This record gives sequence, C-alpha cells and structure tokens, in this order.
Amino acid sequence: MSATSSDAILSARGLTKEFFGFKAVNNVDLDVMEGTIHALIGPNGAGKTTVFNLLTKFLTPTEGRIVFRGEDITKVKPADVARLGLVRSFQISAVFPHLTVLDNVRVALQRKEGLAVQFWRSNRLLGRLNEEAERLIDAVGLSAFSAYDAAELPYGRKRALEIATTLALDPPVLLFDEPMAGMGAEDIGRISDLIRRIAKGRTVVMVEHNLNVVADLCDRVTVLARGEILAEGDYAAVSNDKRVREAYMGSEDE
Amino acid sequence: MSSLTQSGAAAPEATDAEAGHRRQKSLSRIGLVVAVIAVAGLIAAPFFVYPVFLMTVLCFALFATAFNLLLGYVGLLSFGHAAFFGGAAYFAAHAAKVWGFEPLSAILVGAVGAGVMGLAVGALAIRRQGIYFAMVTLALSQMIFFIFLQAPFTHGEDGIQGVPRGDLLGLVDLNRPLNIYYFVLAVFLFGFFAVWRIVHSPFGHVLQAIRENENRAISLGYRVERYKLAAFVMSATIAGLAGAMKAIVLQIATLTDVAWQMSGEVVLMTLLGGMGTIFGPSLGAAVVVTMQNYFATSDVPVTVIIGVVFVLCVLLFRRGIVGEAIRLMKR
Repeated sequence: MSATSSDAILSARGLTKEFFGFKAVNNVDLDVMEGTIHALIGPNGAGKTTVFNLLTKFLTPTEGRIVFRGEDITKVKPADVARLGLVRSFQISAVFPHLTVLDNVRVALQRKEGLAVQFWRSNRLLGRLNEEAERLIDAVGLSAFSAYDAAELPYGRKRALEIATTLALDPPVLLFDEPMAGMGAEDIGRISDLIRRIAKGRTVVMVEHNLNVVADLCDRVTVLARGEILAEGDYAAVSNDKRVREAYMGSEDE
Repeated sequence: MSSLTQSGAAAPEATDAEAGHRRQKSLSRIGLVVAVIAVAGLIAAPFFVYPVFLMTVLCFALFATAFNLLLGYVGLLSFGHAAFFGGAAYFAAHAAKVWGFEPLSAILVGAVGAGVMGLAVGALAIRRQGIYFAMVTLALSQMIFFIFLQAPFTHGEDGIQGVPRGDLLGLVDLNRPLNIYYFVLAVFLFGFFAVWRIVHSPFGHVLQAIRENENRAISLGYRVERYKLAAFVMSATIAGLAGAMKAIVLQIATLTDVAWQMSGEVVLMTLLGGMGTIFGPSLGAAVVVTMQNYFATSDVPVTVIIGVVFVLCVLLFRRGIVGEAIRLMKR
C-alpha cells in the first residue's frame, strides 16, 4: 500500500469489497483534494454507490484503508463518521417523509445544540433552532414549504431539502449519491447552482450519471468500471481517454 | 401513500401550509379538550362503574401506552412486553407480601426491575430489525417466562396470591375502594404523562426521525442503537409500572401476565386503538378489557370474539379507532 497524499482530505487505499466472492469494488485508490468537487462516474454496476457506502462506513471494506483528515476511519462506525464531518446523502431521497420540512432540518440541527437526548423537556425548546433552520431552508429555496410534510414535496424539492438538512451539520466534506437522478432539466439547473454555491469552502464528492452536469460542475473525475478505477483526471482528459470511451461513453444510451 | 408526491411542477401554495399549521394547532387543541374530559370522567367514574374493573382498564391502558411508545414512535414491534408487565407484577407482589413494602415502594421495585430486564433484553434485541427484532424479543421473553415458572419465589402455577394492598406511604388505607382507585388513577396519569412528555420532547423528535428513516438519522451522526435502547428501557419500565400496579390492585401475580399471549394482547390493544396516537392505546385497552369482561360470562369463547375484532380492525380501519378519527378530522 502506498502512502496517502498529504493534500487529500479523504483518501482510500486498496479499497476492496467482496460480496460472496464477487468483488464489487476491487483495489480502489482514491484521493479527494480539499476544496474540490470530485465526481465518481461509470456505467451501471461499476461500484460507485458501493464506494460511497464504504467511504461512509455504511459497508465495511473487506480490505483497504480509509483516511479522513489524517485520521484512519476504516474501523469507525457510520454515525461517528458523520460526526467527524463526512456527511452523505442517499440515492433514494433521504428525507424524513412524515416530518415537516422545518422538522427535517431541525433534526439535523438539534444534536450539536445538545437538544437530542433531553426526554424530560418540551419539544418547544426546538423553537430556538427555528431561525437557523429557516435560514437553511431559505438558502435552498424552500421557504414557502416549511410547514409541509416532506412527503408532499415534489422530487426535486425533496433533494433540495436533503441538501439543506445535510448543510445543517456544516460538514467540511459532502457526499452526494446521484443528486440529479430522476430530475427534469429545470430542477437539474437549480440543484447544480445549489451545489456550486455550497461547495465554496467545502469538499464535495458526487456520484453522477449526467455528464453535462459533471463537465459543468466537477474539478476532477474518477471513472469506475467493474469495481476498478479506469481513469482519473479533469473532465476533458477523462472524456478523451480511449478506455473510458469504450467502457462508458460507448455504452451510454440514456 | 402520498398522491401529492408525483405532482411534479405543481408546487403547493404557501397559503396551504398556513392552513396545515392551523389544522395541526386545532388538532392539538382537540387533544387537550379530550384529555380534560377524560380526566374528569375518570375522576367521576368510580361512582358509576365497578372500581376494580376501572382499575384493571387503567393498568392495561398504561401497559398499552408504554408499548405504543416503542411501536408507534420508534417503529419497533416488541413481541415480548409481557415479560416486563408480568415480571414487574411478580417483583411488586413479592416486595409487598414477603418484604412488607408499602404499596408505592413495591410498585417502584416492580418498575425498576422491569427496567433492568428491559436493558438486558433491549441490548440483545436492538441489533436486529423488523421481524427479527420481534422474534428475538419473543424468544427472550419466553426464556424469562420459564425462569418465572421455575423460580421458587413465584410459586409456579399458583402465583403469588393474597398480595396486601397495604397503607400508601403508611398513611392511606388502600383497602378502601375509593382510596386505591384514586391512587391507581394518579399512577396511571403519571405514566401516561411520562410517555406524552417523552414523545413530545427533543429526544422524541429524534426517535421519530429514526422511525421515519433510520439510515438518514445515522448519516446525520445519530448513534441510533443508543436511542432505541433508551426508548426500549423507558417502555419496559412504564410497562412494569402498569404490571406492578395490577399486582397490587388485584392482589395477585400469576403466569398469565408473563405469558406470550399477554404480549399479543397488548399488540391488539394498541393496533385497535391506534398506534402512534396518544389516546389510542388506552381506548383500545378499554375496549378489549370490556369485551373480555362481557363475554367471560357468555357462551361464546372470548378469544374468538377478539380474533374477529382483530381481523375487522386490520381489514377495515387499519389506523385504529383514534387513528381513523384523526384522519377524518384532518380532511
């Protein structure tokens, strides 16, 4: 195993995940530089989401090592990974459907305010989080919806709510798993702008299928195919790579 | 579930949200009115209804309320809650009869004992989810059942009989019907309020988030096992409070209260009344206990009637009585 790069905020070395003998992710080395937007692309089944699950410890790697801000997090539990500042979203929109938009964001805010374990006090105390919650909700353009149940929101707005909830933790590193999946052009533009805005001063890792979005948004692209890294570089370099064109662009029929 | 989800660009208007807010407020106001009427009714009730029957209802109502804390607000179906209800009954009965504790202390012994059992069972069960969680709690409660069957202090099939009601704090004679009734009502209201407070607390807010989307709660940095275990212990303790109280009221602790059928009965009460609602489990308990009382003297086996009611509940009003009422009011 080679040493991890010192400029990288998040690194993986020799990351491997086997499911019953099938290597979904095979010997992946990844360095995410601080302050960049880093895309993970590849055809279906390439192992992108598995890499995400490994980096955030929702899956335990079979082999390999993960380092976040100089700290080895290979054996850290997922909730504690989030506490360290590595916060992820999910492919299926991750909201609390039967809580209001305001309450969704307040759930994320209440832990750091020490308002998570108090079972003997009134939940009116959560009112003191309203100002910050409304600010976050406003930032993603959902002010008019704060009293709605999350389940009532259209898809694109759910993703926006998810981003507001993630931002409530003010994490230095955000991981988005296909934030634009299933969105119309209008929503894609809105969420792209939003991600660009919140990426200032943060690091973003995203799995994304929409190559226009990747070209437009991302500083660095890692291409995965069959669980292995095929190429890495900026979008122009990667999109001209012959192997990538064969494995990915050639089979792109969306 | 939600037809609005797919409405695409047709975004709901802010004025609707205001209306939603108002609806929520008026619902909680209705809840307050219901609570006041219910308490007034319970204070007056012993003058019209046989007090022992009322006290039995209150014990089961508290049991179901405690169970609902777990099922309705954390989404965990425990199929072993009889262990805490019946176990606490044994502890309280033993404390009152053998150790000579006054009734309140005996009940506290029962509740704390149930809480300790809850910690042990919960710590083992909480690692599993869904049906596996239910199976683990069932298996562990069956183990507890056999321990109580074999342990000398429970007197096996006879149970602990002739438990003295005693003098509350050495002052109030609980052998007088009205005295014990109001004591039981006070303990019930305390337990009921405790559950209400837990549900409507910052901690309860996190529990609901875990119920809604556990992985998301984890990804926001919540160590969900600890929250679930805490809720499990709270639920077990309050279920124990109910069981201990029942042992003092009926002056007996038997295997019936720790048997798996009791675990099933509390599921039925909660579903019938409406899981995830504050008043539902109590109402469900009242309906079930009333039916058991009424049909106990008839030719029709109680279990058949209860089975039919359960099937009707699942087929026709899945949200339970209170759940359906709330849905109608929200329209």
